[in-house]
Amino acid sequence: MPERDTIAVAMSGGVDSSTAAAMLAQAGEPVVGLTLQLWDQTRLAGKHGIPDAPKAGRCCSLDDVYDARRVARQLGIPYYVVNQEARFEQDVVRPFVAEYLAGRTPVPCSLCNNHLKFDQLLQTARSIGASRIATGHYAINEYDAERGRWILKRPADTAKDQTYFLFGLTQAQLAHTLFPLGRLTKPEVREEARRHGLALAEKPDSQEICFIPGGNYKQFLTAYLEEQGETMPETAGELVTSTGEVLGRHEGISNFTVGQRKGLKVASPTPLYVLQIDPASHRVTVGADEDLATSTLRANRVNWISIAELTEPMRVKVKIRHRHEPAWATLEPGVRTDEVVATFDEAQRAVTPGQSSVFYDGDEVVGGGWIL
Amino acid sequence: MPPGASGAARVYMDANATTPLLPQVVEAMRPFWTESFGNASSIHLDGQRARTAVDQAREILAELFHCHEAEVVFNSGGTEGDNTALFGLLRPGDHLITTSIEHSAVLQAARRVGGGGGVGVTYVDPEPSGLIHPEAIRAALRPETRLISVMLANNETGVLQPVEAIGKIAAEAGAFFHIDAVQAAGKIPLDVRRIGCHLLSISAHKMHGPKGVGAMFVRRGTPLEPLLVGGSHERRRRAGTENVPGIVGLGKAAEVAMTSLEDGTWDRVAALRNRLETGLVTMSGTGLNGAGSDGKPVTRVANTTNIWFDHVEGEALVIALDLKGVAVSGGSACHSGATEPSHVLLAMGLDKTRARASLRFSLLKTASEADVDHVLRVTPEAVEKLRAVSPVAAGTLG
Repeated sequence: MPERDTIAVAMSGGVDSSTAAAMLAQAGEPVVGLTLQLWDQTRLAGKHGIPDAPKAGRCCSLDDVYDARRVARQLGIPYYVVNQEARFEQDVVRPFVAEYLAGRTPVPCSLCNNHLKFDQLLQTARSIGASRIATGHYAINEYDAERGRWILKRPADTAKDQTYFLFGLTQAQLAHTLFPLGRLTKPEVREEARRHGLALAEKPDSQEICFIPGGNYKQFLTAYLEEQGETMPETAGELVTSTGEVLGRHEGISNFTVGQRKGLKVASPTPLYVLQIDPASHRVTVGADEDLATSTLRANRVNWISIAELTEPMRVKVKIRHRHEPAWATLEPGVRTDEVVATFDEAQRAVTPGQSSVFYDGDEVVGGGWIL
Repeated sequence: MPPGASGAARVYMDANATTPLLPQVVEAMRPFWTESFGNASSIHLDGQRARTAVDQAREILAELFHCHEAEVVFNSGGTEGDNTALFGLLRPGDHLITTSIEHSAVLQAARRVGGGGGVGVTYVDPEPSGLIHPEAIRAALRPETRLISVMLANNETGVLQPVEAIGKIAAEAGAFFHIDAVQAAGKIPLDVRRIGCHLLSISAHKMHGPKGVGAMFVRRGTPLEPLLVGGSHERRRRAGTENVPGIVGLGKAAEVAMTSLEDGTWDRVAALRNRLETGLVTMSGTGLNGAGSDGKPVTRVANTTNIWFDHVEGEALVIALDLKGVAVSGGSACHSGATEPSHVLLAMGLDKTRARASLRFSLLKTASEADVDHVLRVTPEAVEKLRAVSPVAAGTLG
């Protein structure tokens, strides 16, 4: 029997990836469903305030695997769970913990997409005879013959736009990746799910980071380090103003993120915000809201999508965190090869080291990098 | 639909996971769903009909075990037998000797009695061949050793453990001896007197019987506390209304299995397994798990082989072969259905990468030459494809 071009669909057990699988299967494509088992939700449950029973709608919970399996059964497609727990811990959880302990604010979803999910899916897909993968991300991926490049674009549903987390996709990855939901809105996706009779059509979206049930980073760090037999490094230090005046002490830099207002525990007539975290001196600088504004941003480990490389200044809009409205800036090559500098037209609030910055030209993703 | 996934022309080489019911087993069970539905504990004729069927099955099992009928206890399968042996004999202060290559039904029960249960537990490691050396069991003995629990045939490698020698050690030490014979029953003769064990557990579905039923040999006089209490079924050793159709199915399966032990079936299967094994290990970067220092396989059940394929993720190879119509297994399924590296292979000293790169092929006794041909045709192709996309392979070979 000649082999047809099979598509491996990453199925999380949520509405989006289930609907993506249903649409491809209905279009007559040969489809195989895969769930990457990334994190054992019971592993740290009950420790240091982490919820005992993970809520439904969380990636990798048994309920979600059950849901994905049920959808695959309904669609009549083969379905497998692939164990990537060891890789996930090494490539996502460990760097996440290290970043936090170094006073930065990491984006684990981008780490996962850049270093694990797409690589592993493509590799597993190829090894089982599938040349393409599909995911339920809201993004558009199109080949532009003129430029000879695969172009990642913002989706029809701008509120669900996930291009911010996908900036690390290489041309080789994009060439084999489908985003079936790119031209649909979330309500249309739910409608499509209902039309396919999927029982999970009304399942709520998952918002939190998959390995941090309850969303409390500090609980996770404490429980994880304890499990690893490691101690939280001592990072207590001074809380200072930008002029160097010492306002008090804090218990550790991993309690802070740039722009944070709560939990500073100092009395002040005006609201104070974290401006800067210095991992070397453990000093946390605080100041007024207006002091949070920065007009330039440096990013490294840059990946280019719509262009091959940045040779001259380029006008782009820059997004500096998931819920940030992209702001006009001029992008220029940095001092090092994989670095860029963005100069904003208007200063932006809380540019946070460790987060990703993604550059847009209209709807197209030019590229992105990690904020220094 | 991808090729091979549709169910057409499938080759099933995962007999150690489960086996299909033989037609004569289905037939034997059939009357006991609707016509002869009685409760074997009832006094009336309907009940008596069920009782007779259960007793007949018990006679067959006694023949299989080489024991007295009164020493056969029906239960729900291997896990229950293993759990009953440990929970039913061990009390705080006791010591248990078992091995690191047991089924998780023994290992998890050992962990429970060892954890909160106040029982000392020694896990004896195998030699690199997968064999447990009897002297390693002897070395683990303590004055308070109450139970030794060792499997007869390992589910992952098929390696047969020297249970007769261990039985002698147990007798000398005055310890009870339990054997998990789930993977051995029906594949090799069982003789509980010769082995000298006090308890032995089997499961019906590994020998072409139904799932959810099993049996245990309990030597007379063994002070085994029941796991389930309630009615006085099974001479108060296992409460709960007898699973009459299941027990009848187990009896029939055991009867057929005893015939197969004598008619050359397993010699034929061994020849097929050997051809498969030889064919697979001729590929470069492959080898056999469960070989002695001379490279030759140690004594195994006839249907099992376990092979490593370097630069291959076993989990992906299982999926690739499944899509080519071949059912095999690698490692053990974890909570979600994903695969963990086999604890058996790790205990034999394989590193995690090679344990993950290993697959178990376990043949049904009905396996054919054509099945082996098919697997020998599709496996090298799938392995090549996997190696081509493997970053490990690219780094090492390229």
